[in-house]
Amino acid sequence: MAILINSQTKVITQGITGKSGEFHTRLSHEYAPCFVGGVTPGKEGQKATKDLPIFNTVANAKDKTGANASMIFVPPPFAADAILEAIDAEIELIICITEGIPVLDMVPVKKALERSNSRLVGPNCPGVITPGECKIGIMPGHIHQPGKAGIVSKSGTLTYEAVGQTTKAGVGQSTCVGIGGDPIIGTNFIDVLEKFEADPQTEGIVLIGEIGGDAEIKAAQFIKENVKKPVAAFIAGQTAPKGKRMGHAGAIVSGGQGTAEEKIAALKEAGCVVADTTAEIGSALLKAMGK
Amino acid sequence: MNIHEYQAKLLFRNNGVPVPDGFLAASGIEAEFAMRRLGCDVAVVKAQVHAGGRGKAGGVKLAKTPEECRKLTEEMLGMTLVTHQTGPEGKLVRKVYIEAGSKIEKEYYLALLMDRETAGVSIMFSTEGGMDIEEVAEKTPEKIIVVNVDPTVGLQGHHLRSLGFGLDLPKPEQKKLAAVVKNLYKMFLKYDYSMLEINPLVVTEEGDMFALDGKMGFDDNALYRQKEIEVMRDFDEEDEREIEASKYGLSYIGLDGNIGCLVNGAGLAMATMDIIKHYGGDPANFLDVGGGASQETVKNAFMILLSDEKVKGIFVNIFGGIMKCDVIANGVVAAAKELGLSVPLVVRLAGTNVEEGKKILNESGLNLIAAEDMADGAQQIVKLSK
Repeated sequence: MAILINSQTKVITQGITGKSGEFHTRLSHEYAPCFVGGVTPGKEGQKATKDLPIFNTVANAKDKTGANASMIFVPPPFAADAILEAIDAEIELIICITEGIPVLDMVPVKKALERSNSRLVGPNCPGVITPGECKIGIMPGHIHQPGKAGIVSKSGTLTYEAVGQTTKAGVGQSTCVGIGGDPIIGTNFIDVLEKFEADPQTEGIVLIGEIGGDAEIKAAQFIKENVKKPVAAFIAGQTAPKGKRMGHAGAIVSGGQGTAEEKIAALKEAGCVVADTTAEIGSALLKAMGK
Repeated sequence: MNIHEYQAKLLFRNNGVPVPDGFLAASGIEAEFAMRRLGCDVAVVKAQVHAGGRGKAGGVKLAKTPEECRKLTEEMLGMTLVTHQTGPEGKLVRKVYIEAGSKIEKEYYLALLMDRETAGVSIMFSTEGGMDIEEVAEKTPEKIIVVNVDPTVGLQGHHLRSLGFGLDLPKPEQKKLAAVVKNLYKMFLKYDYSMLEINPLVVTEEGDMFALDGKMGFDDNALYRQKEIEVMRDFDEEDEREIEASKYGLSYIGLDGNIGCLVNGAGLAMATMDIIKHYGGDPANFLDVGGGASQETVKNAFMILLSDEKVKGIFVNIFGGIMKCDVIANGVVAAAKELGLSVPLVVRLAGTNVEEGKKILNESGLNLIAAEDMADGAQQIVKLSK
């Protein structure tokens, strides 16, 4: 089962001939052959890495290949346009890896998503992987193992930590979703928690958050009311000095929320086992699962 | 990126948000001349440094005559201002801003910021200006009003009416506030702000409305298309290592401890700091090499860490995804060979190409400690740097 992607997913890469786009399409396709083509305007008719056909537009790529998912590696100034193009072409799942998209560019994207049936994961995220079935993103495939833990995280490298530890503990992963750490993102903790709760393969959930915003507080509330499966959590930035990005005004609109202490307290209150350090995420999950 | 008060006021003025008249001065004579040109009874001499809390630290003074303005400026220039935001080393005052004093009758608060949840612009207004807005929110939340604007629809008249009527402003003030909000909203979109705050927004005895002090936060991701803002960057105000790091596209954050950290990813940077503190240590900094760094960049990053005298030990903590462990290892070895390694080095590598990375480190002949995992590495470096 797993969530979002599986061996039946058909993926195209937007920005397939760029350095990163080409490299990660190759690695992802070698991990599991789910890729069916790519988009680079002006190069239609040529072949990209792994002999994948290139198209000028997403609509054309979808038409010719039957793709239902897209991985975006388009540079920041053009990335919002690329997401909007994928939404227009009615791609079901859009995963945007690009880091550094201006926040104001994401505003129309968010509004367009609300009017569509597309789901966006990211931007500024490592992507999504269902181990052994499909990998869309930049995570190192070999550290994963098909299994029972559903992992959802704002941070790329901390996701890998959680994966490494759950693999070592023999629990493995159902699906790992990096939702990204940008202010405006397509998929939030709650969207993913809901899917994990409904997924028969997932037996335990790992949630990795960080300081700033109030997404973790909302997630805690959701877990308390709707999630029956065991949840382990970790919040990064417990000892961080007040960041320059956290202005006073920002703290107010989100109701004075955003510190690690508040988030940890809310998650504990919701029944999660919260790991003290990154090194204890795996053992926290085992504890939550009663092992 | 941060900018100076005089630059923020220039932006306000050029975009139709009224501010008191003022001039920048880098010498006493310029300050004296500035006050004469302003033709005001009282001028405010304000130290231009990137830090809040200047008033309490002696960085804001009132002058009643041009001669006094000159004297105060001469005293202020060259002094080191220590405020609650500068750290104990303080900030050197290189420039002052001479501003016409205002006869203040009322102080309001006005801020615009991106709201993550709605992907809109939140406009926050309060009649309790000049004080800490968090305190106002806690004690008298009824004196704050917030409206949300969908940028794909735009700012409408009803938003402005909600602000004005919401806190019962007198009619003439409502009109002035509406004009300020309209222009501020245009500025917000034009310059890619993440936060734009006026505190206080004053009403003078003459009935004018001015932005007396402003705080501006820019979206760093959008700086590439904000040339007007980019040139306002003042390298004198920034940590040398931060500047050096940004040259190579790395992000550097300076802290107070003695352990230098090289990591990949913002989340791992925070988590590394947390785990070091958990075991009783204290990071001096962290350098995030991100995902796409080359061997040369890693080398430069490591040299930045080595050149910091505060650093008594270095912890390299990498979980390779895009970043490959062998690239990190080669960069670290190259830097250590060039500058010599005088402090303990603990390296923890995991993820992409980890075996190649470990091999490079083992064969380098460098005196380093390979850590099993993150917890092991943190404990070792804390012990060794004590």
